[in-house]
Amino acid sequence: MKKVVGVINLVDEKNTLSELTNHRSFASVPFAGRYRLIDFSLSNLTNAGVNTVAVFTREKYRSLFDHLGSGREWDLDRHQGGLFFQPPADEERRSTGDIHSFHENLSFFKRSLSHYVLVTNGQLVWNVDFDQIIEEHEAQNADITVVYKPCDDPYTSGSHYNVLYTNDDERVDRLNLGVEPLPGDNVYLNTFLMKSSLLISLVEDSIESGKYQSINEAIAASLDRYHVHAHHFGGYVTFIDSVESYYRYSMEMLDPNVTQELFYNTGPIYTKVKHESPAKYLESSTVSNSLIANGCTISGTVENSILFRGIRVGKGAVIRNSIIMQKCEIGEGAVIENVILDKDVSVSPNETVTSEDQPRVIAKSTVI
Amino acid sequence: MSKKRCVAMLLAGGQGTRLGKLTTRLAKPAVPFGGKYRIIDFTLSNCSNSGIDTVGVLTQYQPYILNSYIGIGSSWDLDRKNGGVSVLPPYMGQKGGEWYRGTANAIYQNMYYIKQYDPEYVLVISGDHIYKMDYSEMLDYHEQRNADATIAVLEVPWHEASRFGIMNTDDEDRIVEFQEKPAEPKTNLASMGIYIFNWKALEKYLTEDEQKSDSSNDFGKDIIPAMIEDEKNVFAYSFNGYWKDVGTLQSLWEANMDLLDDDPSLILNDPAWKIYSVNPNQPPQYIAPQAKVTRSLVNEGCVVYGEVYRSVLFYGVHVGLGSTIKNSIIMPNVKIGANVTIENAIVESGTVVEDGMTLGSSDGSISLIADGEIVSVPK
Repeated sequence: MKKVVGVINLVDEKNTLSELTNHRSFASVPFAGRYRLIDFSLSNLTNAGVNTVAVFTREKYRSLFDHLGSGREWDLDRHQGGLFFQPPADEERRSTGDIHSFHENLSFFKRSLSHYVLVTNGQLVWNVDFDQIIEEHEAQNADITVVYKPCDDPYTSGSHYNVLYTNDDERVDRLNLGVEPLPGDNVYLNTFLMKSSLLISLVEDSIESGKYQSINEAIAASLDRYHVHAHHFGGYVTFIDSVESYYRYSMEMLDPNVTQELFYNTGPIYTKVKHESPAKYLESSTVSNSLIANGCTISGTVENSILFRGIRVGKGAVIRNSIIMQKCEIGEGAVIENVILDKDVSVSPNETVTSEDQPRVIAKSTVI
Repeated sequence: MSKKRCVAMLLAGGQGTRLGKLTTRLAKPAVPFGGKYRIIDFTLSNCSNSGIDTVGVLTQYQPYILNSYIGIGSSWDLDRKNGGVSVLPPYMGQKGGEWYRGTANAIYQNMYYIKQYDPEYVLVISGDHIYKMDYSEMLDYHEQRNADATIAVLEVPWHEASRFGIMNTDDEDRIVEFQEKPAEPKTNLASMGIYIFNWKALEKYLTEDEQKSDSSNDFGKDIIPAMIEDEKNVFAYSFNGYWKDVGTLQSLWEANMDLLDDDPSLILNDPAWKIYSVNPNQPPQYIAPQAKVTRSLVNEGCVVYGEVYRSVLFYGVHVGLGSTIKNSIIMPNVKIGANVTIENAIVESGTVVEDGMTLGSSDGSISLIADGEIVSVPK
């Protein structure tokens, strides 16, 4: 395999998850009981043998930095390559597009001696075989390969998606940035592959001409100059862009077919290890249709819910249709329904926290 | 290597014959325990939590799984530049080589390992027991008493005392007599197989013991009695916490079941004393709409459609629809089909149980399902 350097580009993240992204980057939002969103793309990269990965961030990266550490859990603690955590070098350029992040890191690409650069982001929950994309890229003799998924999700809304149009040979004719996708549109997953030398020249030209603020703008403007191939991703992928879609995709994790595809079919998904004991179910526990992480102690009732690590559910407490993040305490007799409790929330005995229609987020460390 | 206060020597070569087929391919310290651990995790975590960062692990019987599990020790924070964990198997030298003959001989053969750290003290422990203990407190006690050797002891029920090495102590906890498995024990203070020695004293006794042709080269049978005979300062250090020798199927089963109490005497989730282990990278467990799980420990990667009562499920266990698991230990990656009944059983890793089978019984015996065979052990 040709040497590939990976980038997880978080520069254009939108903080659209209400309280969940108030204090953390989108990529470090907890998901599926024990993961952070970034674990999926990062594991996909390392599973494809990419052992040099840069993470470009813009702001709110404390929890992300804490999560990634030395990159050991993803086998990225290397002498050759490894994990490169890249906060913005120039604070004043924070608000402009990601082209500056690429430019600030040109030496990273030049020095890495890699043949290809594979850029993805930190908010897709998927298990993709990047090796296959590299093979297809070579077989198609493409200059750039972009990854897309036809949108069949009625919940995607807001004009922050990129949509691509192809000719019969899966060659991209048009890339519309910042649009609201219609059903059937091909949503570009902000994931692309190109030669390192091409990326370097695209970035240098963009900065010199001053025309493009983002790498996607530069790609969109060069469709007639380069062969941009579209790779159709046929697997499971999430379009999380609001509390509602976060909640809905989380609930899809209760479908064993989805978790089978996400966690077992392609490669393992790695995350930071916490050394919690197995979950403990006491005499009075009643649990059904739920995902339970380690370190939980359950005396009450849990239905259609996701419990992250280290949660205590007291006797007689009822949790329904909810997502409970790490280390929450649910007192005896409390009732939780249709809510998302961020980390360290403490619900006193016999309290009721419910929401009628929309899932409600209770901010980190709240005491109720 | 810079000088260390204390080096730990962890005896992990035990075959564990009384665990039957569970130990056909792995040494006893590598036997799975408590839903996610292996027995040796408890002693390795004790070392790490006690601030002992230099641990020699002596392996012998079926070492592969244990060696690969320990790796470079990173799971227990024992991947250190100076010290850390070192696996010490028997080896050939210029004058030939041999298997470890007894616990003392195993240490004797690795004296060069200890010497390079020039420690004040050597802690000798084994990887066979389930307990949480702060060795640094025992070390302080050893120093305060100006001891040559300190042995950790705990009170066992009188009727069981004859199974252990029994200490007779004076008013100051000095050991005046050591009886190995006495028919008529004079006390119920049993040795936990945890020793702290002054390195200089230990070096002398190990070397002398090697010269004795009639010695069994064992700490309990030879070294400790010789030190007491010479009126060395040998002290007993009392331990009051949970401690279990999980050497038999019955005791292994009991120790697992002990974890299921409302307030177990061994807490696995104490943030100040974590039990570390190698992480298998599995998604959270899924409990299906039809499932019932009570009084159980269930690890990540399990998928439960059936009913689980008073049982321990290791990672990657699947329990099919209509199946019932009761009073049992299901080791990693066991696939249990539909309408299966398992009671009072220990099921070995990777076993596939076909639909409709009934395993184990309610007569009080413990069944071991390993290697496609079912063996029943009466209680």
